[in-house]
Amino acid sequence: MDLNTVWFLLVGVLIIGYALLDGFDLGVGSLFYVLGKTDKERKILINAIGPVWDGNEVWLLTGGGALFAAFPLVYASVFSGFYLAMMLVLFALIFRAVAVEYYFKVDTPGLQKLMGGLFFLGSFLPALLFGVAVGNVVYGIPLDAEQNYAGTFFGLLKPFALCFGIVGLFAFLLQGAAYAALKTEGDQQKRAQEFSKNFALILLVLWLIGGIYSKMAAPHLWENYQKLPLLYVLPLLTLVSLILIPGWVRKNAYQKVFTATSIAFATMILTVAAGLYPNWVIATEPAKNLTIYNASSSPLTLKVMLIIALIGVPIVLLYTIYAYRVFRGKATPEQKGY
Amino acid sequence: MDLTALSRLQFTITAIFHFFYVPLTLGLAVLIAYMEYKFWRTNDKAWDKMARFWTKLFAVNFAVGVASGITMEFQFGTNWADYSRFVGDIFGAPLAAEGVFAFFLESTFIGLLLFGRDKISRGMRFLSAVLVAFGTNLSAFWIIAANSWQQTPAGYKLEGGRAILTSFKEAVFSPSTLPRFLHTLDGAYVTAAFFVMGVSAYYLLRKKNVEIARPSLRVGIIFGLIFALLQIYFGDIHAKQVAVTQPAKLAAFEGIWETKEKAPLLILGWPDTKNEKNAFEIGVPGLLSYLAHGDVNQPVKGIKEFPQEERPPILPTFLSFHLMVGLGILMAIALLWAVVELIRGKIYNNQLLLKLLLYFIPLPYIANELGWITAEVGRQPWIVYGLLKTSDAVSKLDAAQLVLTNLLFIAVYLFLGGLMIYLMVRTVKAHNENAVGVADKEVA
Repeated sequence: MDLNTVWFLLVGVLIIGYALLDGFDLGVGSLFYVLGKTDKERKILINAIGPVWDGNEVWLLTGGGALFAAFPLVYASVFSGFYLAMMLVLFALIFRAVAVEYYFKVDTPGLQKLMGGLFFLGSFLPALLFGVAVGNVVYGIPLDAEQNYAGTFFGLLKPFALCFGIVGLFAFLLQGAAYAALKTEGDQQKRAQEFSKNFALILLVLWLIGGIYSKMAAPHLWENYQKLPLLYVLPLLTLVSLILIPGWVRKNAYQKVFTATSIAFATMILTVAAGLYPNWVIATEPAKNLTIYNASSSPLTLKVMLIIALIGVPIVLLYTIYAYRVFRGKATPEQKGY
Repeated sequence: MDLTALSRLQFTITAIFHFFYVPLTLGLAVLIAYMEYKFWRTNDKAWDKMARFWTKLFAVNFAVGVASGITMEFQFGTNWADYSRFVGDIFGAPLAAEGVFAFFLESTFIGLLLFGRDKISRGMRFLSAVLVAFGTNLSAFWIIAANSWQQTPAGYKLEGGRAILTSFKEAVFSPSTLPRFLHTLDGAYVTAAFFVMGVSAYYLLRKKNVEIARPSLRVGIIFGLIFALLQIYFGDIHAKQVAVTQPAKLAAFEGIWETKEKAPLLILGWPDTKNEKNAFEIGVPGLLSYLAHGDVNQPVKGIKEFPQEERPPILPTFLSFHLMVGLGILMAIALLWAVVELIRGKIYNNQLLLKLLLYFIPLPYIANELGWITAEVGRQPWIVYGLLKTSDAVSKLDAAQLVLTNLLFIAVYLFLGGLMIYLMVRTVKAHNENAVGVADKEVA
């Protein structure tokens, strides 16, 4: 396996890490008003993610940094090409960060209401837009001779991309509901379980529709699958995980449900990545595709970065697991932290 | 405004906003780690109360710092696509290293310190505080290393219109990395010292929370004095390096138009760009030559040596540099006074000095921002010094979109900055030591 492929996988790992971890934060935020019907319930939700959201978001920062370092031409084209959408995500993430940190600190009910609203919007928008961005990149976007995006903002809202956006949104919602079921009790937990079950079924249907739609609209995504049918294991794993969820919900096996939603989400991303490889960005004219070879950094940079990753990532995983162990158990409505 | 100006404005407001939060975080984390250390070793409740109080303020500040940091990283791609293409091979690695080595560390352990405090042992609390401090400071190192490469590129070759890495070590430790790191970090420590001193002074003036205010003031003064004095040394090292590696920038700092021996160090002055001379100047002859090169007879390069299109904007660079240095001197004097009063044992009742310390809280903030302006405006018109012009680095975006997002950024930053200051002030005003004591018992 060459270095470029290794980095395709490593950036993929960072994206999956982000999707699973910050994914439940975004999901909980998007479900803020349906899982948090009372003031007390909302406080529980904020406390459920309060100690960990910050570390989770670093997966995005690191993923962005790694993409910049390993595939700068992809980073440049996608980030500048999707300018307004990126800015929307940025504003959303800023507001979410502030909302979570300040929810207990603001003293007037009005400000707290505002923080709640910002938490919801700041979670919902990225949860929707990340999928739309992926949809565009894998479907194909117009690039000019300098590899700049040659389309418009509304050009990004094509049905195929929106379809990805909706699939992505439900994946985030499912991840959030499953996490909330782990961290809450009683009536709130029942609602979270109910959502987990329903979202799993909705996602199952959407996943199948999306698969058929992509066969028709973006057949290039299935070429690798024809070459190597073993890859079909990935989307099958997604389906199996989703099918198993309702049963586990009935047995109150929350941990298993969360594991299943995580596997489903991870394999969804892998399914798309396997179809995309060795491309990063599909251009309307195939000659302009940004691939892991024509858009990468030099072999030396890839090597240095690999050393950094091999030293750093295991350490990160160790203390992340430690932190989650400290914070295991149910969330409460009291003000925690400072 | 053209596209470059709009993108520069966007980066400027984001960087200035981000840098409003970062320095306090860097220095306060170190002070909190020290307080946690004292609590761990002595088990004295006063240290526990101090650590908790300052961590509370740290948390209010930290949140917005993180959020605006993400914006910084994204902007390289969104607004500076051609810059990203040019430097990606070199610039991305420190950013990724920051994430992997530093940012995960600080984010995870700040979570533990804030939310897990009563679930972990005193020793583990100390360790968490140390890791937060280590993480934030390491973070600063990687970011400054990346920025320094833009100022003094090293460890690369040009290939196919891109800078390609030849030595990671040389690129990370480019000629300006260490001087700039020491100078910036030192400024951050002074910021935290003045913040701690100012808030403590406020309590002493009000005769509130005296049990934490007195030791905090002491810690702040000693910490502040060490780094305010060290800053004279670090600032000097940094300026010497600029003289060698970025002579046009140094000439702009000092308003030196003609190359000359015995170049004067200006105390006051006003550069007149149109007539290429200073409208007036008061300086010490020979001192600049001596400071820059260690020899009064060594000439210092003047601005006129550089073609018009390669000169940085002189007036803003000159003013920001001189104001920064002036503020630094003012802060050092205030600290010397505070130390004298501390030794004489009269500081807690010196109303005038306490008031001064309270009103001085903004000074290091202003000095930090001025330092950033000096460094970044002084680098213009280059985005990568001598290699890539800022105007060649910008994303080809729709100007109308940029106007819109600039307005949004300004509105959002004003709102968040206001909210943060409001929460800080409220937290300080509402803090009641005795109430904290009660809460502690409930937890126990």
